[in-house]
Amino acid sequence: MRRGWFLPITATLGFAFLYAPIISLVVFSFNESDLVTVWSGFSTKWYGKVLADPQILGAAWLSAQIAFCAASIALVLGTLCAVALVRFRKFRGRTLLAGTVSAPLVMPDVITGLSLLLLFVAMEATIGWPSGRGLLTIIIAHSTFCMAYVVVVVQSRLRDLDMSLEEAAMDLGATPVRVFFDITLPIIAPALISGWLLAFTLSLDDLVIASFVSGPGSSTLPMVIFSKVKLGVSPDVNALATIIIGFVALGVLLATIVQLRAHPKRAKA
Amino acid sequence: MVKKPQLAIDTRPWRDPAAKPFVRIKNVTKKFGDIIAVSDVSLDIYKSELFCLLGGSGSGKSTLLRMLAGFEAPTSGTIEIDGQDMTHVAPYNRPVNMMFQSYALFPHMNVEQNIAYGLKRDGLPRAEIAERVRELLALVKLSDYGSRKPHQLSGGQRQRVALARALAKRPKLLLLDEPLGALDKKLREETQFELVKIQETLGVTFIVVTHDQEEAMSLATRIGVMNQGEIAMIGEPTDIYEFPNSKFVAGFIGSVNMVDGVVTEDEPAHVRIRSDELGCDIYVGHGVDCAPDQHLSWAIRPEKIVLSREKPEGIHDANVTRGMVEDIGYLGDMSVYQVLLPSGKRLRVTQTNVTRGNPDAITWDEEVYLSWGVSAGSVLTV
Repeated sequence: MRRGWFLPITATLGFAFLYAPIISLVVFSFNESDLVTVWSGFSTKWYGKVLADPQILGAAWLSAQIAFCAASIALVLGTLCAVALVRFRKFRGRTLLAGTVSAPLVMPDVITGLSLLLLFVAMEATIGWPSGRGLLTIIIAHSTFCMAYVVVVVQSRLRDLDMSLEEAAMDLGATPVRVFFDITLPIIAPALISGWLLAFTLSLDDLVIASFVSGPGSSTLPMVIFSKVKLGVSPDVNALATIIIGFVALGVLLATIVQLRAHPKRAKA
Repeated sequence: MVKKPQLAIDTRPWRDPAAKPFVRIKNVTKKFGDIIAVSDVSLDIYKSELFCLLGGSGSGKSTLLRMLAGFEAPTSGTIEIDGQDMTHVAPYNRPVNMMFQSYALFPHMNVEQNIAYGLKRDGLPRAEIAERVRELLALVKLSDYGSRKPHQLSGGQRQRVALARALAKRPKLLLLDEPLGALDKKLREETQFELVKIQETLGVTFIVVTHDQEEAMSLATRIGVMNQGEIAMIGEPTDIYEFPNSKFVAGFIGSVNMVDGVVTEDEPAHVRIRSDELGCDIYVGHGVDCAPDQHLSWAIRPEKIVLSREKPEGIHDANVTRGMVEDIGYLGDMSVYQVLLPSGKRLRVTQTNVTRGNPDAITWDEEVYLSWGVSAGSVLTV
């Protein structure tokens, strides 16, 4: 078949639509001018400024801590939930669990954030925990919505897993707990890794929910960026955004490599 | 054709009423919701037997096997293995191993690790595990493949790894779910032979589930034919083939001609059946549990009918009819004739091609006589 001009042009337009904004951001992060939209020369000074800014560095460290903890908690809870949904076909409340687990995927962030805030306030008033809002509350909030994504990823992998593998292990003398750690876990490991990476980036990304449940002195990186932009876009935000893009791209690349290693045949197809 | 396990004379324990069964399934029923998968099955299997559960899909054979392995619990009834009640024992505590239809090899472990998995669970010393794995690899002729991963093996090699893994713990009872189902025809015949050899060498009791009747006939010491959750017949392959106890069994195993008839003479030593479909009487040379004027079926295998151009001498004015050769299927070793009777009934007859390229063979559109012996067919009342 002749390729013609149609496919290349639509592909170019598609990529432009997706990546032109990001490319312009990256380009302007190397702008020397103080004005974001006027190019005056190449410079890396904004990167220097970002990396010397204690507020940004503090927020980045906080975000990384939150994302790490939230992704790990979400991974454990999400995996348990996926195992329950896939492996135990019949139990009371299964349909309810399946529905409520995926609810955070479609729930507006504002509502999730607000309801969590109300819950934390009420809990503090009645049982005194968690006292105040900050790192802990953001971690809890992020774990809940990240869990939904982990469940989706792990569930689909578990469904593909031939149940007779687990039965074979049990037949050979492994107790159900052993079977899980010897057979199930290693086989679904790629899904666990990509689920964790997904949860990590989602947590790193979140502005709305974090804004609701954070307290004084616990501003995450997106919150800091947002507050800076409110005062007018400065070129150092471009530099910061470029660094974040770099990290996210690296994460996506890692996740893809892990998936391809696990399914070499699928990659070739 | 595979040689049947040549067991000593006392190796037909099912013929000995005093013999103690090794596996005893008593009145086992399994329901999934409203669906009855296995219905009141009782079955005794003896030591060193190679017992085949044969049936179509949905006949309950796999469910029965899974209950023996412990993956399903019977709704009612008991399962005893080697004198111990195993009905509610967990699969990891049973002296039973299973070879899965999909082989279920652990994809993240190599061949050696797969085989060693069960031994490690038993906490055997490392040196003994290594020794045992080596023996098993030699047994299934895969000594050079120990460090391969399952996806680097062919279908036949995977099947052998699965067998070695299932045998590793020296189970008292080995369950095989369609062990040859995923192999191509040629490989299947070779593997069949090896499977029987290994079973003979180790003396392990095998229970094989299969839907392939040829496989069951050539492998088994005894066959249990299953239909809709019930055991339709238990017997040695020859019993099942030559003396089916019902229309279902006769039709399920091999090909068969079945005709309807009415009993006209019912004597202790013979029975005469009038069959309008055949256009002649059937003289059966033994007594049958039936009554005069009873409607019943009579089944005869295609190879038990003789074709001839000249009218053969009938027996007691029966067992001879005539028809026209409508179609011939030449299979090399034998030919399958389809003969149309005046009643419109078609009979399948097979004749061995003894003479090479016989120019005088019966051919299309010829009028032929069909005849059979007094005990060639089976009278079936159910």
